[in-house]
Amino acid sequence: MKRIQLTINGQAVTGLAGQTLLQVAQQHQITIPTLCNFAGLSPLGACRVCIVEVAGYPRPLPACATAAEQGMVVNTESERLLNARRMIVELLLAERNHTCPVCVMDGGCELQALAKLLAIDHVRYGFIAPQLTVDISQARFGIDHNRCILCRRCVRVCDEVEGAHTWDVSARGASSRIISDLAEPWGDSATCTGCGKCVQICPTGALFEQGAEKTRKGSLGLERLLEWRGRRNR
Amino acid sequence: MNIQKERHSAPRVSDNQTAASMMTPDVEDVLEIWKHRPDALIEILHAVQIRYGWLDRPLLGRLADELKLPPSLVYGVASFYHAFRLEPRGQQTCTVCTGTSCHLQGGSRLLHELEKHFKIHSGTTTADGTLALKKIRCLGACGMAPLVRIEGNNGRASFHADMHPEQIIKLLQDVMQGAPPAGTTLLPVDIYGAVHSRIVLENCSNQDPEELSRARAAGAYATLARAVQEMTPEDVCRQITASGLRGRGGAGYPTGTKWQMVREGRGKHKYVVANGDEGDPGAFMDRTLMECDPHRVLEGMAIAGYAVGAASGFVYVRSEYPLAAQRLREAIAQAETAGVLGRHLSGTGFSFNVRVRIGAGAFVCGEETALMASIMGRRGQPVIRPPYPPQKGLWGHATLINNVETFANIVAIIGRGSEQFRSLGTAGNSGTKVFSISGDVARVGVVEVPLGTTMRELLTLAGGVTGGGFKAAQTGGASGGCIPASHIDLPIDYESLRGIGTIMGSGGLVVLNDQRCMVDVARFFMQFCCDESCGKCTPCRAGTQQALRILDRICAGRGIETELLQLEELCHLMQETSLCGLGMAAPTPVLSTLRWYRTEYLAHIRAGSCPTGVCNQGGES
Repeated sequence: MKRIQLTINGQAVTGLAGQTLLQVAQQHQITIPTLCNFAGLSPLGACRVCIVEVAGYPRPLPACATAAEQGMVVNTESERLLNARRMIVELLLAERNHTCPVCVMDGGCELQALAKLLAIDHVRYGFIAPQLTVDISQARFGIDHNRCILCRRCVRVCDEVEGAHTWDVSARGASSRIISDLAEPWGDSATCTGCGKCVQICPTGALFEQGAEKTRKGSLGLERLLEWRGRRNR
Repeated sequence: MNIQKERHSAPRVSDNQTAASMMTPDVEDVLEIWKHRPDALIEILHAVQIRYGWLDRPLLGRLADELKLPPSLVYGVASFYHAFRLEPRGQQTCTVCTGTSCHLQGGSRLLHELEKHFKIHSGTTTADGTLALKKIRCLGACGMAPLVRIEGNNGRASFHADMHPEQIIKLLQDVMQGAPPAGTTLLPVDIYGAVHSRIVLENCSNQDPEELSRARAAGAYATLARAVQEMTPEDVCRQITASGLRGRGGAGYPTGTKWQMVREGRGKHKYVVANGDEGDPGAFMDRTLMECDPHRVLEGMAIAGYAVGAASGFVYVRSEYPLAAQRLREAIAQAETAGVLGRHLSGTGFSFNVRVRIGAGAFVCGEETALMASIMGRRGQPVIRPPYPPQKGLWGHATLINNVETFANIVAIIGRGSEQFRSLGTAGNSGTKVFSISGDVARVGVVEVPLGTTMRELLTLAGGVTGGGFKAAQTGGASGGCIPASHIDLPIDYESLRGIGTIMGSGGLVVLNDQRCMVDVARFFMQFCCDESCGKCTPCRAGTQQALRILDRICAGRGIETELLQLEELCHLMQETSLCGLGMAAPTPVLSTLRWYRTEYLAHIRAGSCPTGVCNQGGES
């Protein structure tokens, strides 16, 4: 493998040809926040949280999907980037229901951690948060679309690692939903192996394990969670 | 696998309602025609839908089984494209065009009235299944605005132009009683402008497109044969580069440079793709070209194939243009029979096969990576570039993608030389551009003029503005901005338009008179982008939703001034951080109208109502 030299935040670093900017940065303990990216899965570049500035490019590039090249001059921490990241996370928080105190992942959620990291103490946008379904037809797991940020980690891990391709995305734009098989209840899925990889890889409380202690359950039990939703429905 | 099969053949609704169990042999036929190719999924879904009317779950499950695709992928594709129906269709389907021209002429209000009267939302069917209401984003017949299409269960469609809501309601009631709708067929497009400056539309008005012999009498395929026999591929590329031709799809990338990249691309297999997914509302020049002179596009593609070393190509046509697709297919069949296209064309050693692929109602498929995904039978979601299509395109092979209008220019350049081509237009912007002019003009139609023509000259050709003075011209559809009255004498080319914050785009020009509300226009385009966003990247998916909410509030007279700053901030975020061109360009109409007509926004906010009264009439687009 060919070694390449580049500069990240003024620091001279080396990497291997074929690595992404994110990989090179991580090797040198430079933190770039990420959300849809997960080591071992194909990069998607969808969430746009890991954007960095590269000299010579007018627009920021996603570090997870940009190949590192010899001589690149990269900046990961400018005011412009921080602002953009903050806005993107706020947009995600406003898009669906992300009420942390009543979420099974409170305290273990990557979106929550990211909001904390970016010092987001309020959301400037109107909450859209449509009332979506919670599917607990699967014997062990459940999916709460209200918490989904459409990062497609579950889709990729199911396809690329488990090889089942149970998950995919239906419709488009604001109506996009994660679906199993022919948009049927998860419990009816013929392709799902029940391995739980999607649950473990989900950054938020969208995919969770029913009845698990704390780790994927948080402060509120599943029954109370459903009860809480029921109240809101009325 | 066995378990899976059982599941999918298990009846979900009662047995006599499931299409798959009723007419199984027909699915076999369709699959046989497409040789069980998973990449033909979209074509297969179209064919199956034509036979059964809609796509139910057991049917999709069967297709997944037969094509060896995951069921979720098949459902994901079927639900991504708006042309596919996932619930039974009504006995009558009423489709209201809400393209830019139709919106201006009251199409959105008309839809709103119909929704109110029949008590259903657009995209749904009445409880008794008699009527389905739909909106469509531009049928490319802006001269007939506002346009309504009524389609019976038998697939026969009639078009109804320029009607009041009451008239349409009456008509629909009659049709539901069994009366055949009168209506017209789609009118041929009015082509005007000086004949001497026509390159692309050279043979458009005077030939019968369904007759190859007439096209050949006008010289079709002679240039291709000559190029293959007398020129080397390098010569062809050099001619194109020397002509200074730039991509007519909108971005204006030098065509010769792109060809050279594909020519140098590695690999034995290469592809040539013609982008005929003219999705911009208010654009219909590509439709005109494909319907009137399909041979010219095909010849240009074949010359490109020779130049870059590709033996096969695809024409991607949007599903809203069935006639264009049909004429292209007929043209290919005729040209192959005559031996001027296909294997060893015109007796040379060069072979070039072209196939037509149909879209399925997704604007984002005009973006090149989404278009390729669609050709390969996937959801039309853009992917990150690089790698660019010339490096890694269809099925991983080097791929050349040009707009159909770009290909239509090739014959003139190779036939008459790059010098003559450069004599038209301006320095750096050689040749002509085809514009479709619609909106508030006397003569809605298609015109081809040399680049560098001013808006004033175009207006004169179109017979002047109707209903008031000239206010603005919207260019480049949902990705463009406007030419304000103060720049009416600006010579139109790629750079000059960029200079005033808009783009050339594919060439749709919608003229607005001074009775029009610019905030309403901006809101219309934001709604369009919100509907058409693929949903992959956050800034585009969530950003368009938030921007639309702000614009909705301003139009409703409930906006506040600080929200304007927030709107601008959102627009800049989308421009800077979106994944593909759709998201990057989505805010252009807003930013452009904010730049030239900020006072109108402020008037909405301060007075709490629309100065022109347009926004107060209700009617979502």
